[in-house]
Amino acid sequence: MKNPAIPRLAACALIAAVGLLPAFADGGSILIKNGTVLTVTKGVIAKGDVLVVDGIIKQVGGDIAAPPGVRVVDATGRFVIPGLIDSHTHVALAGTNEGSEAITPEADVGAVINADDTSILTALSGGVTMVHTMHGSANPIGGPNVVLKMKWGRPSEELVVGEALPTLKFALGENVKQASRTVQPGQTQRYPATRMGANAIIRREFARARNYMEQWDRFRKAAAVKNPPGSLVPPRKDLRLEVLAEVLRGERVARVHSYQATETVEFMELAKEFGFKIQCFEHIWEGYKIADELAAAGIGISVFADSWAYKMEAAEGIAYMAGYCAKRGVLVSINSDSGERIRRLFNDAAKTMKYGGLTEDEALRLVTINPAVQLGVDRIVGSLEVGKQGDIAVFSEHPLSAYTRCDLTVIEGEVYFDRDEIVKVREAAAAKAAAPRAEGGAR
Amino acid sequence: MKRRAAILAALAVLAAPLAAALPEDAHIIAITNARIVPVVGAEIPRGTILVEDGRIAAIGADVAVPAGAQVIDANGLRAYPGMIDGYSSLGLVEISAVAATVDNRETGRINPQARALEAIRYDSMHIPISRSNGITAAIVAPAGGFVSGVSCLLKLDGWTHREMAIKPAAAMHIELPGLRPARGGQSGGRRGSASPQPDGPALLAELKGLLEGARAYEKRRDAAAADRRLALPGYDETSESLLPIVKGELPLMISVHGEKDIRAALKFVRDENIKAVFYGVEQGFKVAGELAAAGIPVILGSLYDLPPVWEDGYDSLFRNPGILAKAGVKIAFSSSSASVAKDLPYHAAKAAAFGLGRGEALKAVTINTAEIFGVAGTMGSLEKGKAANIVLADGDILELRTNIVKVFIDGRETDVSNRYTELLDKFKK
Repeated sequence: MKNPAIPRLAACALIAAVGLLPAFADGGSILIKNGTVLTVTKGVIAKGDVLVVDGIIKQVGGDIAAPPGVRVVDATGRFVIPGLIDSHTHVALAGTNEGSEAITPEADVGAVINADDTSILTALSGGVTMVHTMHGSANPIGGPNVVLKMKWGRPSEELVVGEALPTLKFALGENVKQASRTVQPGQTQRYPATRMGANAIIRREFARARNYMEQWDRFRKAAAVKNPPGSLVPPRKDLRLEVLAEVLRGERVARVHSYQATETVEFMELAKEFGFKIQCFEHIWEGYKIADELAAAGIGISVFADSWAYKMEAAEGIAYMAGYCAKRGVLVSINSDSGERIRRLFNDAAKTMKYGGLTEDEALRLVTINPAVQLGVDRIVGSLEVGKQGDIAVFSEHPLSAYTRCDLTVIEGEVYFDRDEIVKVREAAAAKAAAPRAEGGAR
Repeated sequence: MKRRAAILAALAVLAAPLAAALPEDAHIIAITNARIVPVVGAEIPRGTILVEDGRIAAIGADVAVPAGAQVIDANGLRAYPGMIDGYSSLGLVEISAVAATVDNRETGRINPQARALEAIRYDSMHIPISRSNGITAAIVAPAGGFVSGVSCLLKLDGWTHREMAIKPAAAMHIELPGLRPARGGQSGGRRGSASPQPDGPALLAELKGLLEGARAYEKRRDAAAADRRLALPGYDETSESLLPIVKGELPLMISVHGEKDIRAALKFVRDENIKAVFYGVEQGFKVAGELAAAGIPVILGSLYDLPPVWEDGYDSLFRNPGILAKAGVKIAFSSSSASVAKDLPYHAAKAAAFGLGRGEALKAVTINTAEIFGVAGTMGSLEKGKAANIVLADGDILELRTNIVKVFIDGRETDVSNRYTELLDKFKK
């Protein structure tokens, strides 16, 4: 879709209502000057500039001259960092959980993107430019997830990041066994109701998928001969197993909601048994108990900083986990999993310094380059480097300070959140509202 | 507790030679070379705090260290008063989804008889985590329904909950409906529920009726006590429990959120002539002048939430504290939590970044909170004569990156180990 005029008008109206101003087309080009630039991968530039031209970072350094017509933002005294990436959310979706059945790999959240979700604005106000928005955790096998840029005001298809790794949501533990659900009289409890069942049902589905792939292989072989028998019929197409076949072929990776060490290790065994790739365990509050096993298997984790003790399987979730696992060599990201926490991911990242002893640089990685690696998009985002997409956030103080505030969020060189503008508009509106009274209310 | 006892025992052994030279119970701690941030009074770039009998015996740049004092060299550290959480569920909620560990929400709507103190799990795993982040006292409040019960003010150290109680009864809690159905965040549910409820003014009218009933009951009860010929009224638990309110012995803490309800609550407090504290007050910025004029203090709800009304602006919850403070309202922050009650300082820092300023933010987790609950004579700042609730930190106490090094409550060094450190120690290689 090349003409976003109508959605933009609608966005304009909504933005006006909520007091956020879109800074429309800067032509994807912007020069942010004189800030402390935290590139994440290439060190810190004490007084540096970042130039984005046509959506791509062209220069990072000092004393960069603005090309003609390019907007210049003065970031003196402020901090310039790559746009934050949230590796696990459920924002901008019209539906999250297809919980009526335990196995629903055909239920793709990419089909229900809601570009009008105000969570996108919330994300932008916290410097978040990209999210992995996911199927819920009601099912052992949920559905495919999707990676989006937070391009508020654009049609949903323009939000999708095509370069990202295709992922499939799996879930284990309390949510899957519906531990907190009261079964009403006359209802039957959904299978599985135990961790045994959850593991078994996932194994069963992968066995079925393997069998299904074999059926198709045999059919294709048989159909490829010169004169295939007239009685040859293809196997029945199964949209669920097709998705699992993608996982088994390595075309799609597993993102697995897990909490306990046991269920996590068992899922790793399952992946070995069937030869598929686990990209990441989600939440995994007992991950610190198996940090070395995760590191050895090359599996990342996407976790909370310290939101814990909300259910039994989160009762041993310690704030040291992210930092400790990172130090043991696990690829760690901090996620929000929430339309509220998403605007303070930088605060959560900072907690790993106090709990876990990470350096500023290591802590910032948890919400920038690490999630980019987990999503398979580190070639295009996650740090301020020439050639990457111009996704940038500007903060009033060091982004890991409790006193910081996000002032500007830029995606591919376009400004999507501008606090200075919001304040200006708000003050102008307040002045206007006060004016008639000052004049004595004539009329 | 066991570990703390062991540490105390170890300290006792270390202190033995000193003890020989000093009279019993004359143990003096001298915290020297600290950058002292007393909150009340000017910062002391390099000073000494003397602690004796659990209190601050002396504080200043030129305080002499008495012979035999236990010296804690705080070179490179800052000394702050312990922070006070203005509203929490510490000790009442352990694991929120496990009903067996949740004791903050009584069933039914009207529960003035419910007293938080009587249910405090004093060895809650959440208490040492808060304490080790520099929080030394907390309001622990019941929640839910309409009249939720009585909160207490706890110090976060002690052998039993009774020993921890600074104020066994701090306030009677009233909940008016939130501005929207609860969603997201740790504070989920506290700002109202999705089910339809009567509006704020209607609930306040109902409360007025309850208070009138309590007054009438008291009159009949007292009359009957004085004159045995009169009929003795039956025991009325609700009225009995509300009497401290009508007598002015206990403040109401009214959980109130929107502009309309805040105005109604202001009128209610004026009409009833009772002591009140407001809690939540998300649209307080629209009524800041009236709140200030009424002299009603505000305990802010968690800032880990979205603006309840989008039109108020994306940052309304963050701006609100600064606007209230500038108008002259006495504000204090709360965690509104148990499991992340340790984050109290970060709510304050967030508001600081959106107009409150750092100095006011610090007051709003220390002295303001103490003043609001009537304990500023003994806590909330580092001043001579106050309880020695002292936090030594390697940076700004509201900063995420700051490490809390030592925490003293009533002059006693507390154990900074906690559930986090215990589990980490158990599983780390």
